Amino acid sequence: MPTTLYNEPSPLETKVLSKRFGLENSHRLDTYLAHDGFKAFLKARQMTPEQIVEEVKTSALRGRGGAGFPTGLKWSFVPRTSPKPKYIVINADESEPGTCKDRLLMEYDPHQLIEGILIAGLAMDAHKGYLYIRGEYRYLIDHTDRAIGEAYSKGYLGKNIAGTGFDFDLYTHSGAGAYECGEETALLDSLEGKRGIPRMKPPFPAVAGAWASPTLLNNVETFSAVPNIIRDGGAAFAALGTPKNGGTRLVCISGHVNKPGVYELPLGYPMLKAIYEVAGGIPGGKKLKAVVPGGSSCPLLKAEECDIPMDYDTLAKAGSMLGSGGMVVLDETTDMVKFALRIMRFYAHESCGWCIPCREGTTWLRKILQRFDDGGGRKEDIPVLGEVSKNMLGRTFCALGDAAAMPTISIVEKFREDFEKRLAGASRASELVTV
Amino acid sequence: MLAAYPEGRKRSAVVPMLIYAQDETGAVTPELIAEVAKRCEVEPLQVDEVVGYYSMLHRKPLGKYHVQVCTNISCLLVGGEELYEHAKKKLGIGNKQVTADGQFSLEEVECMGACSWAPAVEINYDFHHYVTPERLDQLIDALRKAN
Amino acid sequence: MAETVKLTINGKQIEAEKGTLLIEVARQNGIEIPAFCYYQNLSLQAACRMCLVEVEKTPKLQVGCTLPVAEGMVVHTDSEVVRQSRKGMVELLLTNHPLDCPVCDKGGECELQDMTFRYGLGESRFVERKQHVDEEQWSPVVYFDRPRCIMCYRCVRVCNEGLDVTALGVGNRGVVSQILPNFHDHLECDECGACIDICPVGALTSGAYRYKTRPWEMHHVGTICTHCADGCRTTLGVRNEKIIRGNNRDSSGINGEFLCVKGRYAFDFTEHPERLQSPLMRAGGRLEPVSWSQALEAVAKKFIEVKQGSGHFGVIGSCHTTNEENFYLQKFARQVLGTKNVDHHRSGDLATLFDALTDRGKVLATVEDLANAKAVLVVASDLAQQHPMLANQIRASRRLRGARVYTVTPGPVREDKNAVASVRVQKGGELAGIESLRDKLKAESDLTIVFGDAIQGESLRKLIAFGDSLGLAVKYICLVDYSNSRGAFDMGLIPRDGGLSREQMLARDLDVLWVVGANPLKEVRGESKAGFLVVQDLFLTETAQRADIVLPAASAYEKTGTVTNVCGEVQKLKAAINVMGPKADLEIMGLIAREMGPAAVRTLGMWLPDKVFEEIRKTVHGYDVPMPVVATGGAAPTMPLNGRVAALPGSISSAGDTLFTSGTLGRYSKVLNSVMESPGALYEEKGRHS
Ligand SMILES: Cc1cc2nc3c(=O)[nH]c(=O)nc-3n(C[C@H](O)[C@H](O)[C@H](O)COP(=O)(O)O)c2cc1C
Ligand code: SF4
Ligand code: SF4
Ligand code: SF4
Ligand code: SF4
Ligand code: FES
Ligand code: FES
Repeated sequence: MPTTLYNEPSPLETKVLSKRFGLENSHRLDTYLAHDGFKAFLKARQMTPEQIVEEVKTSALRGRGGAGFPTGLKWSFVPRTSPKPKYIVINADESEPGTCKDRLLMEYDPHQLIEGILIAGLAMDAHKGYLYIRGEYRYLIDHTDRAIGEAYSKGYLGKNIAGTGFDFDLYTHSGAGAYECGEETALLDSLEGKRGIPRMKPPFPAVAGAWASPTLLNNVETFSAVPNIIRDGGAAFAALGTPKNGGTRLVCISGHVNKPGVYELPLGYPMLKAIYEVAGGIPGGKKLKAVVPGGSSCPLLKAEECDIPMDYDTLAKAGSMLGSGGMVVLDETTDMVKFALRIMRFYAHESCGWCIPCREGTTWLRKILQRFDDGGGRKEDIPVLGEVSKNMLGRTFCALGDAAAMPTISIVEKFREDFEKRLAGASRASELVTV
Repeated sequence: MLAAYPEGRKRSAVVPMLIYAQDETGAVTPELIAEVAKRCEVEPLQVDEVVGYYSMLHRKPLGKYHVQVCTNISCLLVGGEELYEHAKKKLGIGNKQVTADGQFSLEEVECMGACSWAPAVEINYDFHHYVTPERLDQLIDALRKAN
Repeated sequence: MAETVKLTINGKQIEAEKGTLLIEVARQNGIEIPAFCYYQNLSLQAACRMCLVEVEKTPKLQVGCTLPVAEGMVVHTDSEVVRQSRKGMVELLLTNHPLDCPVCDKGGECELQDMTFRYGLGESRFVERKQHVDEEQWSPVVYFDRPRCIMCYRCVRVCNEGLDVTALGVGNRGVVSQILPNFHDHLECDECGACIDICPVGALTSGAYRYKTRPWEMHHVGTICTHCADGCRTTLGVRNEKIIRGNNRDSSGINGEFLCVKGRYAFDFTEHPERLQSPLMRAGGRLEPVSWSQALEAVAKKFIEVKQGSGHFGVIGSCHTTNEENFYLQKFARQVLGTKNVDHHRSGDLATLFDALTDRGKVLATVEDLANAKAVLVVASDLAQQHPMLANQIRASRRLRGARVYTVTPGPVREDKNAVASVRVQKGGELAGIESLRDKLKAESDLTIVFGDAIQGESLRKLIAFGDSLGLAVKYICLVDYSNSRGAFDMGLIPRDGGLSREQMLARDLDVLWVVGANPLKEVRGESKAGFLVVQDLFLTETAQRADIVLPAASAYEKTGTVTNVCGEVQKLKAAINVMGPKADLEIMGLIAREMGPAAVRTLGMWLPDKVFEEIRKTVHGYDVPMPVVATGGAAPTMPLNGRVAALPGSISSAGDTLFTSGTLGRYSKVLNSVMESPGALYEEKGRHS
């Protein structure tokens, strides 16, 4: 089974979550048990829920789904003593363009994820978990179901787990094609059998989430980090990264690089080093034009802005985001009009349609950009692109509207000349040919 | 499937039930909507709402092999669009169309989580990475032959 | 008094109840925060983003329709950035809006048009192609034009939350998302038009009103629906002596914005081609048109002749005619014709009720009482079918104020869905069913019991005894049919003091049977037994067909007067249109009296509604209602008789109309017929709410 990896690992990686990737039968429970598996769960069983949450806080782990919210803090919001049932929901919707890491964590090391979920169950006094997996990942749903079955049969799920008296049931739940269902509250609506429309907050899912009960919702990678934190201590995990940005993360490097792939790098890793050393640099020795630092929702960085360490706070200072870890590298030949259009086609297609600015704005922007791409761009359209985006920014019902606006604003502001070159009548600039 | 959800929450099974059933029936028909509504104890309208929302649910049958080519950003940068154009020519159909013999259908899809191994194609539920036009031809020809 | 907070809106210091939504607080203080999706009493959506305002110390604009006010909040609703944001929203909304205002039914009263005017940009920068989809007809009543829809979800919520019908949902996603009817391409529902009414734009339009006029070409008349007994106030839009539209957007009246399909659309019987336009008189076995004077003279002659002869008269009144008409008619019968044989189709046992409630004080619930009830018990009635407005009131009480609902009915009813307990009983088993709820009901703090015609006579007395035994404040609503059954009873259209009941009159060989606005021979075969049959009606009903003289009458929408609803509340009718051929029943009676001679007129008084109502106020028990309330279109509760009421002969039974029927009138309503012919006819049988 998955012993062949989709890409070669890099010697520059710091392998914590991915340390078992590549082992023979890495996905099997036996393999997991032979390599530290479920030690953390047994340790957590001896801790109080408060201690578990405290350890996660100490680790400075931040959500790997995109928003980077401090995980320990989020865990502390769930009213553990509520008389209602509590649920753990795992976000495996992985749909942010540029992102392909949760897939690996489920494929190569599903028991690490299960152990993380169980530890969260201990901390929340929750006994049921739902793994919401995007529908396109059917093979992974089947694969994860097998891993869950294996865990049940060996007593690592179900009643009296590993003889500790703790009960937990875990189920997979298939999505059916909707990026918006990665947004945590839309995901909950989808889990409840509805259209994936985000919910009003407050109440937050921690208080009223799945079926109106307290719910802890985190990304696959976030949960996968937890066994490592509990086993080796939050401080050790934190020390891998930079202050307030604990640990390592799986960075998905794609686009114009020689060795695209998913690499586990510590937080604060230099961006240029990731591009030129880990991912082997840009093919043909071309120059770097721009980087999408963490999935299509992030504002782009121009080449000269990329000499920074990759942590949440630095990226925020640079006017962008670390996002979901999907790092897309664009070389000098990239046509930014086409790139912006493809991004906007995505958001227009994925907008759930609930609120006016996102529903209408994404389509309007898509149409303008399409016109540009078809050779009908007008000078006065360029500011309209930015203004319509700004009319969306911060005014939509959920963050998808922002996610559509932010990259567009950055592209129009930073690469205006690409738009000017594509104005109607202007001869199509010869260097803009790649895409 | 219904047993996974808490008491009185059968509605939760609507989306998975639809997509698994669609794999069997080929499309979401009004009869299927009615059946799912009955099993999940909701109004047919509430199922109908869901069908239109999710892009993997469809009311018309697709080909036996549904070829999904990603053209989103990571794929785009390394030839995803050309690959999609190639697939159109190869199969002689456009987006969301089905070949006359019902064997193949084609769809230009959004990012499917294979960005670092782009360009990516998914045929039914099987992923194919680093797909070149030649590789796509081989895949399609092999499926044609298998029939 | 709840906790209050101090906040500032646009520099104005404001004190408000803590937790109230900012948009409400602003409105209460005369500050407009524009809104599409926010709608009072419906769930919050935060979807249209028109209500974004600036709140100091928060980085982003805040959503006014979901933001509870808090101490020290400093709000700006008219700052540069807020205005810019609104402009942006309107501009975005218009990108896919067809801007076909000149041909849109909503033109002139469209909230989007308004908003564009007040907050919009002036010109659009949108030069792309708009989405287009063709208009769809979803039911005889409901049309949907997707491009005009702004996705405010008001229609979905009013149908799901307000009506509990859940006929509307949302389909697709993104820019092609749209409102979805329950049968994918058509609707099977209450056809109440609430969704159309609440739509801020011309996306949902009504089959009845479409393209008939422009809003500013109509004038509006507020009157009372003539169909069921609930007494909804409806505002009729009139143009060229035609009623074009019914709604109650100003929420005046006991029904708020509610109207059922009948109140909103079934005024169309008034213009039915078979409407009687001229008096008819039997000649050579056939009914032939005659002039009013010929007809009146013939009637008067007959009346005088029989009065001087046998004196065998029978008088059957109506459940639709006004209090004034009913009063005048019974007075005519008793004092001019000298007969006690007076009755109407009785559908609720009011005599026993009033008798049993002697000395109980105010225990008949008004609609408002029902709205404030903490618990409601529904007995032997399918309210959603038969008393749509009361049903709506109960739903609202439950949804907004947490009222607890119990049902004891023979079959499933819509109220079951949210009922605390539902008991299914066979006919006759109602009291046992109620008894089984005793412990639960005892625990309530108050209770309103709404009961149908199955509860009459002895079982009604037992019901009251049951109510007495609970040890809490219990109020009652005795369900009756049609807009003025209650008034017919109160005015004395009843066979008291030994008069003949309706059935008895039909069975006897009376010399004259005078039927005003009723169809008692509908189920009777063969000729009328009466020697001479005079009928006043709108149509040539089964009874009128057998008459000797038929006098064409005006409908409730064509006359003034008052009616008393199921809860005993008096409301005023206002003529929406004038009719040429027919006359109001009161006038017809007056003219007959005049033909009979000055003595009759002296006895009866002038046939002017106001004059007659004055007399009613002075002489009918409980009707000394405050005039200003009635005159201004309000509902004035009456006090029923307090004291022994003798038992009456004759039977009591409801006509059992459904949501889509309304006795004779319903048969002449094109809208109701088309609704029943549409797939929606299956609605009831399918038991979709069971
Ligand atoms: C439009 C949108 C799409 C999202 N998609 C995903 C996703 O596919 N996977 C994910 O884990 N988080 C996604 N998120 C973030 C989630 O809302 C949520 O923040 C996250 O799952 C929380 O987990 P974390 O704290 O572990 O990151 C998305 C957010 C938005 C606004
Ligand atoms: S921003 Fe609005 S339309 Fe867009 S996905 Fe979120 S809720 Fe839906
Ligand atoms: S007409 Fe009434 S019942 Fe029918 S969809 Fe509209 S609101 Fe719902
Ligand atoms: S049809 Fe009217 S009420 Fe319904 S969502 Fe559209 S605009 Fe709003
Ligand atoms: S509920 Fe009764 S009074 Fe109200 S509109 Fe309907 S029929 Fe008329
Ligand atoms: S962009 Fe094609 S798989 Fe992600
Ligand atoms: S009124 Fe507040 S968002 Fe629509």
